[in-house]
Amino acid sequence: MKLKVIGVLLILISIIVISCQSDDELEFKRYYTNGKVVYQKKCENCHGKNGEGLSNLIPPLTDSAYLKNNKNQLACFVINGMKSKLIVVAHKSFVGDMPPTEIAPIEVAEVLTYLNNSFGNKLGITNVEHVNADLQHCK
Amino acid sequence: MRKLATLIGIVLLYTACNTNDNKTTLPIYGNKDTVTKVIDGKAIVDTIYQTLPAFKFVNQYGDSITNKSLKGDIYVADFFFTTCPSICPIMHRNMLTIYEEFKNVPDFKIISHTIDPKHDSVTVLKAYADKLGIKGNSWWLLQGKKEETYQLGEKNYLVAVKQDDGTPGGFVHQGWFVLVDKQQRIRGYYDGTVAKEVEKLVADIKTLRAETNTEIAQ
Repeated sequence: MKLKVIGVLLILISIIVISCQSDDELEFKRYYTNGKVVYQKKCENCHGKNGEGLSNLIPPLTDSAYLKNNKNQLACFVINGMKSKLIVVAHKSFVGDMPPTEIAPIEVAEVLTYLNNSFGNKLGITNVEHVNADLQHCK
Repeated sequence: MRKLATLIGIVLLYTACNTNDNKTTLPIYGNKDTVTKVIDGKAIVDTIYQTLPAFKFVNQYGDSITNKSLKGDIYVADFFFTTCPSICPIMHRNMLTIYEEFKNVPDFKIISHTIDPKHDSVTVLKAYADKLGIKGNSWWLLQGKKEETYQLGEKNYLVAVKQDDGTPGGFVHQGWFVLVDKQQRIRGYYDGTVAKEVEKLVADIKTLRAETNTEIAQ
């Protein structure tokens, strides 16, 4: 009898734990999966299948420190592109133009979640609220 | 019994010939013409293959480059522009692997024609080459009159592609790599945006080099 009660309790607890986790995890997975599609359509030609970039022409997306330090600017980079801006990524300087991309804030959030958690990066989710807030402060 | 053995022998010989053919020759694209020559009193039919016409461009060092500069070279040609945001980076990422593979081969070159000569001046091309990490004379970035580049691209290099496809124009934008032999005949077309096709191109360059070396030996 006692065993049964403990068993049921254990099952209940694990269900609660799993469902709590999966709320966050589900959201992350949804962002990540959709972000991969956006990446393939809008970013991959230049930045490469593995975020490797191209020599000193196109910066790689593998520099976690750069991504972390510029976390609040990334959405602006995606939407507005870059014009003759000097950036240092992975110990290399890049001065080039990145074209602006016409996509919705939710797609920006998805693609940032994808690239921030691919190519060796592990920076967690960038949600759409975060992107909307950042887009108010583009330099 | 003896008949059967002969038959098997013939079949074996036939298949042996076939596999040899497949291994060592690449097709020759373009229009063909035949001429009949009389040598030692016998009429001999000779096939004349289409070759690329004379051209004149400037490379990233400001040197003038003509078809004579490529004499005796196997080369790969493509079309691009430095500010191209779509397929050019992927093409040149792939072309870079070809460059790395063959950059020390003296009779091999890569030529990339810009289709935006107004923006892609010699200075811009040199800066692009430096950033791409290419040195020396095994990969030339060529600039010239826009009409001449398009003419060369659509009327000459991509002529076979045009025949296959049937629709006019736009081919210089489609990311083709064209393989040209030492006689300036087109020997292959490859989609420069597809890694598998680029692997095939590398193999075909090796085949073509082996073929020309045998020809010279003979």
